[in-house]
Amino acid sequence: MTSESVLSVSGLRKRFGALLAVDGVSFEVGRGEIVGLVGPNGAGKSTTINMILGVLEPSEGAVRVCGRDIERRRSEALSDVNFAAAYAPLPGNLTVAQNLRVFGMIYGVANLGPRIDALIEEYDLTAHRDKKCGLLSSGEQTRVALAKAMLNRPRLLLLDEPTASIDPATARDIRTRIETFAKREQCGVLWTSHNMYEVSDVCDRVLFLSHGRVLLEGAPDALIREHGAKTLEDLFVAVVHETLHQPEGA
Amino acid sequence: MRTSRVAAIVLRQFYLLRGSPVRLLPMIAWVAIDIVLWGFITRYLNDVVGGGFNFVPALLGAVLLWDFLARVMQGVTTAFFEDVWSRNFLNLFATPLRISEYLSGLVITGVCTSMLGLAGMLLLATAVFGLSFFVYGLALIPFVLTLFIFGIALGIFGAAIVLRFGPASEWLIWPIPSLISPFAGVFYPLATLPGWMQAIAHLLAPSYVFEGMRGVIAGHGVSPTLIGAGLGLALLYLVAACATFASVYRYALHSGLIARYSAESAA
Repeated sequence: MTSESVLSVSGLRKRFGALLAVDGVSFEVGRGEIVGLVGPNGAGKSTTINMILGVLEPSEGAVRVCGRDIERRRSEALSDVNFAAAYAPLPGNLTVAQNLRVFGMIYGVANLGPRIDALIEEYDLTAHRDKKCGLLSSGEQTRVALAKAMLNRPRLLLLDEPTASIDPATARDIRTRIETFAKREQCGVLWTSHNMYEVSDVCDRVLFLSHGRVLLEGAPDALIREHGAKTLEDLFVAVVHETLHQPEGA
Repeated sequence: MRTSRVAAIVLRQFYLLRGSPVRLLPMIAWVAIDIVLWGFITRYLNDVVGGGFNFVPALLGAVLLWDFLARVMQGVTTAFFEDVWSRNFLNLFATPLRISEYLSGLVITGVCTSMLGLAGMLLLATAVFGLSFFVYGLALIPFVLTLFIFGIALGIFGAAIVLRFGPASEWLIWPIPSLISPFAGVFYPLATLPGWMQAIAHLLAPSYVFEGMRGVIAGHGVSPTLIGAGLGLALLYLVAACATFASVYRYALHSGLIARYSAESAA
């Protein structure tokens, strides 16, 4: 792990019975770096993210956040992490401000009141401050989830399909906010998405995952050039097609 | 253990109660119905049986204390179910929150909500049916403490079951107090029970409370042995319940249950 790394994943494996969901994944995420984790459905992206978040125990391998092992120093390591995922909305029966207060207290955020005010303003949630989250639109809920993800000024931010099911204009707005946050706070970001346009637009580096293994790694432009593809999406389709037609274990 | 994290769990429940006063109703409504029903039964029994025996502290007091235990248990499990119902586990457990902090938050919530219920029950039982807890004397303190600790243990154990077997197992949790009550001798001496039921009763902390309570009412005084055995057993159950929850949580981390916990996916 280099001194600039906020996340170091080494030899990560997860086995569910006979299924090897993640098979020896290793990578690092640097400060202020946005890394895309892409791959077809079932490639092992969410399993990898869950292991980094400490909600899934790896069968083998280690995850270190800012030098702290997630298994041994879980609480300390997770103080520097936050996440937003399309499939993990905040409790719909609490208001935006209440959710931010509860999670702010869990993360031990100092000066929580002003921090909540600032995030509510930054994410255009002023009009929704006292509305229950369950009553908000998908885009608004995503903005709340992102505001929650920024609460503790994480050094590592995990985003699992953060723009899924929202319109292109809102998605672009969200991408800009995340990029700004990552550069301003020097926060490392691990971003999963099926939107290859989004990945090539936002990510400094991309990891292609298939059958639980990292098949390709590099800057989006460099990968496109090296593999003679027109776009990242073409490359994605070609890689998926190739791995689908590969004999098992090859 | 960070107090701010424990406070966050309690605050979440407070927000829920404040945001939906309907949630307050079950804390008082069901116990009030029990008190009214048993209050009139005891009045009737006092009239027909006579002989100077007062059924109010023996039966109504027992109902009140048993309802208190059930409220404590439900206070803990309901707080846990709020996270089940809102599918909040991933949000909660992908934070620095420790399992001890989470459980402490649930327990404090259970304490607060059960105290509300207890206050309502006491008010009704005292004002309408003349129940006086002074008849139990100072023994009431360890009695209530034992039931309280045992109720917390049941609540944590119930939460562990739902975490392990999924939201559908919720229906297994609600009847637990009713299942225990015949063995606990809430309304009758343990000697009434057949041998095998008595053997089970001796393993349950509440049975010592109700046996002790009847002794006090009958004028035999308080048995320190009964108090000590009940309290000791309740503490043992609490330790066992916490260990069970921690073990289920470790299993959930290993199997991925936390990450995919929802009504559809939980096994």
